[in-house]
Amino acid sequence: MNKLAEWQLTLPLALAFAAIFLAPLLMLVGVSFFSDDKITQPGFAQWVKFYGDPFSYKVIADTMLLGVKTVCATILVGYPLALVYLDAPPRLQKVLIFVIVMPLLLSVVVRTFAWIVVLGREGVVNQLLLSLGIISEPLRLLQTELGLVISLTQIEMPLMLLPLISVMSRLDPNLRDASAALGASRWRTLFTVIVPLSMPGLVAGCLLVFASSTTAFISQTVIGGVRLIYLPLLIWQQSLVVFNWPFAAVVSIALLISVLTVVSALSWLGRRSGGYVHG
Amino acid sequence: MQSTPAARTLDVEDLTVRYGQALAVDGVTLAIEPGEVVALLGPSGCGKTTLLRVIAGFVRQAAGRVRVDGATIDHLPANQRNIGIVFQNYALFPHMTVAENVAYGLRARGARGPEVQARVSRFLDVVQLGGFRERLPRQLSGGQQQRVALARALAVEPSILLLDEPFAALDRNLRLDMQIEVKRLQRTLGLTTILVTHDQDEAMSVADRIAVMNKGQVEQFDTPVAIYDRPQTLFVNGFIGTTNLMNGKVAALRNGTATVALDAGASLSLAAPTGIGVGAAVLISVRPEQLALSSVPGPNAWKIEPGLSLPIGAQLVHEARTADGASLKIVEPRRAAAADAARIYCTLAADARPTLFPRST
Repeated sequence: MNKLAEWQLTLPLALAFAAIFLAPLLMLVGVSFFSDDKITQPGFAQWVKFYGDPFSYKVIADTMLLGVKTVCATILVGYPLALVYLDAPPRLQKVLIFVIVMPLLLSVVVRTFAWIVVLGREGVVNQLLLSLGIISEPLRLLQTELGLVISLTQIEMPLMLLPLISVMSRLDPNLRDASAALGASRWRTLFTVIVPLSMPGLVAGCLLVFASSTTAFISQTVIGGVRLIYLPLLIWQQSLVVFNWPFAAVVSIALLISVLTVVSALSWLGRRSGGYVHG
Repeated sequence: MQSTPAARTLDVEDLTVRYGQALAVDGVTLAIEPGEVVALLGPSGCGKTTLLRVIAGFVRQAAGRVRVDGATIDHLPANQRNIGIVFQNYALFPHMTVAENVAYGLRARGARGPEVQARVSRFLDVVQLGGFRERLPRQLSGGQQQRVALARALAVEPSILLLDEPFAALDRNLRLDMQIEVKRLQRTLGLTTILVTHDQDEAMSVADRIAVMNKGQVEQFDTPVAIYDRPQTLFVNGFIGTTNLMNGKVAALRNGTATVALDAGASLSLAAPTGIGVGAAVLISVRPEQLALSSVPGPNAWKIEPGLSLPIGAQLVHEARTADGASLKIVEPRRAAAADAARIYCTLAADARPTLFPRST
């Protein structure tokens, strides 16, 4: 088989990608260069409108910050969980993996509404804190960023844990023993051996959680409400409420570029650390 | 090599380890002399690695004590025991260079700066890897990785050195080189060393004493020569080297010497173990090199039916069958003389020391 023929084998998939993926993206970019919402007048008016407004930068920053906070929270909860999983006996591991994957088996709408029940004024958290006498009146958790980060942390947790566990369980268990025999404490072993070697999984997890939480439209709007405005909400309002498609296209491109920038920075980090792990 | 730390004694007393219901180590007692190399030898699953892991502090025993220089170390976690260990797969930190791997234990002990670098250099020179400081482990061959693991374990000047099947992953020629190297280092440093292995040749060549283990218990703890020549149990007898077993019966006992009537048809005088009476059924274990072929019949020779003869290296291995149906292996030095078809009798070689075991009938 000659080289040309081999190259031709990729054509069906390449064409499918072009039709399903690339074409809509190009159309999106095209639509953004129309000045009016009827898409008749070519021009840069929507770009000027979006990037000329300080509010836009605030929304971009809030969205990215929401991603960063969710990533940090999933690491703080997920990393110890992964360590627990690693030390657990095989039977417990099976139970744990089921618990970890379960959020993925539920509809995102169901999960999000469950969090409303948990976080609401009459919700589980407030009832508990009130009855313990820790607070005197209900905390406001719904429609706050804190409540949103808490629920996103649970919703995105599988995306952090699965890559982390898959990398960690491939680590040679003797490495921990070797470290201990050389006189290292558990913390030293954790930070000088386990964390550096689990970096590829950690980076992959961060990547997935960041991309997923910054674009989690349903959770953002249902829990955050309309008072917390993130880029996905802005896109939805502009495209389906105001019907200003060119402006919605400009916001979409802003979201795409912001997420891509952070994600490619993260995967560059991942490639650098990935070189150390073998087998 | 400067500063040779005083070698330590290691005492294992009545050590028992349970995994669930199963006894992995069952009441093991070993007293190991300072500077001695002891091999824990046995088939897989005999508890030798578990015993090693208890000494290192990775596994907690159900009962018994481990003492270094008389002081118990059972309450200490692994990172405070100062026991060096080399793993079968070396367990080098893959993200650290050779120098960082060797420096790891020193840094964990709080050492900093030029002192660390000096010791790293010294121990890399000891294992002849001075030029490989900045390499990553995966850029090294198996033998080099093992040397790094050894340097890493030795750099912290451990009180005891543990080697967990350290040569198993090396090819044959390299294995011998590394065995010599480890032995040399151990001698220079005067380190009390425990070697876990399932390879009896390795145990024989490296160890001063061998503890043969089976089903969590030590069957015999003795020098390699004693283990080979005077196995105390049938298990040790069968596990170490090749041996021939023949049935017989004790015909007479006098002054600790038993006259045994072989079922194959001969009479042998052998040292009798305690607890064997006249008329007892016994098994006689003879090494292939302790048997000789002869063309002369006699009271101490039994008739055989010769089988194949195979030249193996410098030796000739004869196969033969006795009158009572036991198959024998007889080893002779290979000589120029042609095989003598008249040699249909088997005798004990002049210096043969067969072992008697009671046989349950």
